[in-house]
Amino acid sequence: MDERRLREVALTPDEYRAIVEQLKRAPNEVELGMLGVLWSEHCSYKSSKALLRRLPSTGAAVIQGPGENAGAVSIGEGWAVVFKIESHNHPSAIEPYQGAATGVGGIIRDVIAMGARPIALLDSLRFGPLPESGRHFEGVVAGIGGYGNCIGIPTVGGEIYFEDCYANNPVVNAMSVGLVRTDLLMRARAEGVGNSILLVGADTGRDGIHGASFASVELDENSSERRPAVQVGNPFLEKCLLEACMDLSHTDAVVAIQDLGAAGLTSAVAECAGRVEGAGARIDVGRVPRRERGMTPYDVMLSESQERMLVVVQRGREREVESIFHAWDLTSAAIGEVTDDGHLTVFDSRDQVAHLPVRLLTEGAPMRRLVGVAPEPPLDLVIDALPPLADAGATLLRLLASPNLSSRRGVFRRYDHMVGDATVVPPGGDAAMLRVKGTRLGLAMTADCNARYCHLDPHLGAQLAVAEAARNIIATGARPIAVTDCLNLANPDRPEVYWELEETVAGLAYACRALELPIVSGNVSLYNDSNGDSAIYPTPVVGMVGVIDDYGKRLGAGFRADGDFVLLIGSSQNDLGGSEYLKVEHGYVAGRPPALDLTREQAVNRVVLAAAQSGYLHSAHDCADGGMLVALAECSLLGGTGVRCPAIRPEPPLRLDAAFFGESPSRYIVSVPSRAMPEMQSLARRHHVELSLLGLTGGDTLEFEGQLKLSLAELRQAWEVMLA
Amino acid sequence: MKFGVVVFPGTWSDRDCGWVVDQVLGAELTYLWHRDTDLKGCDCIILPGGFAYGDYLRTGAIARFAPVMEQVGEFADRGGLVWGICNGFQVLCEAGLLPGALIRNASLEFRCEWTNLLVERTDLPFTSKCAEREVIRVPIAHGEGSYFADPATLSRLEQRGQVVFRYCGPDGRVVPGANPNGSLHNIAGIVNARGNVLGMMPHPERCSEAELGGTDGLKLFRSVADGALKVLVS
Repeated sequence: MDERRLREVALTPDEYRAIVEQLKRAPNEVELGMLGVLWSEHCSYKSSKALLRRLPSTGAAVIQGPGENAGAVSIGEGWAVVFKIESHNHPSAIEPYQGAATGVGGIIRDVIAMGARPIALLDSLRFGPLPESGRHFEGVVAGIGGYGNCIGIPTVGGEIYFEDCYANNPVVNAMSVGLVRTDLLMRARAEGVGNSILLVGADTGRDGIHGASFASVELDENSSERRPAVQVGNPFLEKCLLEACMDLSHTDAVVAIQDLGAAGLTSAVAECAGRVEGAGARIDVGRVPRRERGMTPYDVMLSESQERMLVVVQRGREREVESIFHAWDLTSAAIGEVTDDGHLTVFDSRDQVAHLPVRLLTEGAPMRRLVGVAPEPPLDLVIDALPPLADAGATLLRLLASPNLSSRRGVFRRYDHMVGDATVVPPGGDAAMLRVKGTRLGLAMTADCNARYCHLDPHLGAQLAVAEAARNIIATGARPIAVTDCLNLANPDRPEVYWELEETVAGLAYACRALELPIVSGNVSLYNDSNGDSAIYPTPVVGMVGVIDDYGKRLGAGFRADGDFVLLIGSSQNDLGGSEYLKVEHGYVAGRPPALDLTREQAVNRVVLAAAQSGYLHSAHDCADGGMLVALAECSLLGGTGVRCPAIRPEPPLRLDAAFFGESPSRYIVSVPSRAMPEMQSLARRHHVELSLLGLTGGDTLEFEGQLKLSLAELRQAWEVMLA
Repeated sequence: MKFGVVVFPGTWSDRDCGWVVDQVLGAELTYLWHRDTDLKGCDCIILPGGFAYGDYLRTGAIARFAPVMEQVGEFADRGGLVWGICNGFQVLCEAGLLPGALIRNASLEFRCEWTNLLVERTDLPFTSKCAEREVIRVPIAHGEGSYFADPATLSRLEQRGQVVFRYCGPDGRVVPGANPNGSLHNIAGIVNARGNVLGMMPHPERCSEAELGGTDGLKLFRSVADGALKVLVS
């Protein structure tokens, strides 16, 4: 076999030999293309699958774990929340607007395929520093808004970081959350021999051919030639597709719905059939509605044209389903049927053009055995070698104005975060919250990762990401219930990157087990490096969902009233490793991430949840990036109320800079009305959790007597200037 | 009182408007499909927000040709209440039921945020529950909400008091800093000369319950519902 041709379909000579061996013949061109995309890293997870099995994915409330279009978890009153996060890093590097837009479109379809109505979007984004990475940043933000705003699903949360390592390889992860009645939850299983396979939505064009393969290699100087591998989004069409799919719940003729994403029709049909023992499918590409003339069977099978879904329909009831799509002016075409021969057979009218075992496509890719080797440990941090904190106020202003801590308002006001009349905690605080209409239930949601910690220690960094996401949920008063994860790493063929992957998965598994959080869906994006260099930090983005039984008890991060007691729950350690303070004030990334004790973390979480439930709190905010002083400033700015505190005299060895700007986990800033203080204190005592009184809310300054005094106006000026 | 909420392909505020009418206000609700040629006996037609037909050509430019719009036009001519919100306002301008046009925001960016509106007319069926020159808080969410009209049209609107809502500060002062999109004269909403067709960019259906951040929007829905009641009684 011609090596150039193999490279084109991203297969290795060994993989090709494995195909020939199993087929007992050479694959034809169409078959080679189909196997190439499905055996790509993006579709087959051949470098990560063995590791991913270590992640916990079960729990009493889990209705659907990994393996379907998205995960589903019961939240009570007959409702299930359906959610998933996915990367669109490679396309966004080449074509930021469309890359991000189609990332959003794709993750929405994953939720639709479960029969759920998507109710919210979140985006976890990482870029190189501005202004150099302005093209990526502007394009991605515009693309997310362009798609989400038009389709009418609120974008309610996420995160944005700027770091040198993402300059050539931005990270663009989109998460979608949906709701469905548990009895209407769909699964994409091609059941029932003879049932019809319908292709609905957009016509098929040549866009995105080899997209999955492209996402499975490093970027290089020729990557811009891959632009045709980036798809183009049409949010209006997807809005119609969404509504039509919701209308499908009016009929019981539908057996399965499957999104067409990476690897297009090939993947959609193979996955649907692959989920049912012994099932196969026979399709005719001649019946696929096309956008352009002259498309070959190869093009049709590999096209990644957006806004398409596969619907499996009971035989004889096609008209019923087709009329629903026609009402929305959408094309639908019966392109084939379910078989029981375990093969995916493709015809072009009368000619058979491919005949492959479904298992070979979906599970045939030989798992890669990679070796991880720990890299050199990161630069040590000798905390006492740092000069003492000179001017806490000036440092706070510089931190608030820094790229990673400044207000994201300038971005989230470009996203419609209110459509749906459900957003009861808007973006800007910890987690967002949406009410479940018709009930008192609230759904909190967040996406988090501090990749700098993961770079310094991937195992601990992954744990910290889970813990922080959980704190963000708990700060709204909700109880975390499940996780979706997106693992973004560099080229795993490099032993130090594979080691990062191993450590990351182990850290995630450890923290999720400890906090009893099943991971119900996820995605892996590897090869996030360029020209064999400039690897990104390991970036395991943790998407998390939580539930509150009565959203009337929800909490915001901002101070709400004057004269409330401001408390720090949890304790501060003498720890500045990997902190924003270290980067912004001293210019380097070093040390170990802050230590995490998951038992203590849980104790602190229990105190906050119980206090929120009992109505003791007026506000709660996770104390994380930037440390306690940044968190206090955020509470003041979000609530429009200042805070006055006596001077802090930390007990040695805790330094003042670590007390103010250290990023110890397991801490919250809460405000408590004076009448609830006795209960609050006894609650903390019962759980053996440290409670420190910082000061009282009120006025329009943030003050630590004799140590710093800044007006809210000054703070706001600093905080909002960066992304205004 | 029966509200009819029009659904074009690409409309998304239909469900929010419907929610407020049905669940919050407790009024009668029916959805009208873009292909409908009958308004089903509705007393007030709402053209909600969204991206009708994708709005790829120009906002509202295709929606005005929808079969339902012919009926909406005749209904307005007969004095029926027509209320365009966001994309609905854009459609009403394209359809010639209101003067002027909505162009790209001055920032060239989509904006979703709370705004303050000065209510300049309280004698309308849409605003009768508002106090004289009341300031109400209502969120916007649009990329093309900058009101534009030629000088003659603009001065006619001002002279006849057809400006119903103006972006203002929390204190009610109409200042440039309170204008989120570059609208001429800070215009957020206008009414036709007869007073039965209202177009506004802000979303009252997003602020009709306290848990969503405010209830000022409900005053507008209540005005319409109670106004009709008065007509029935008298």
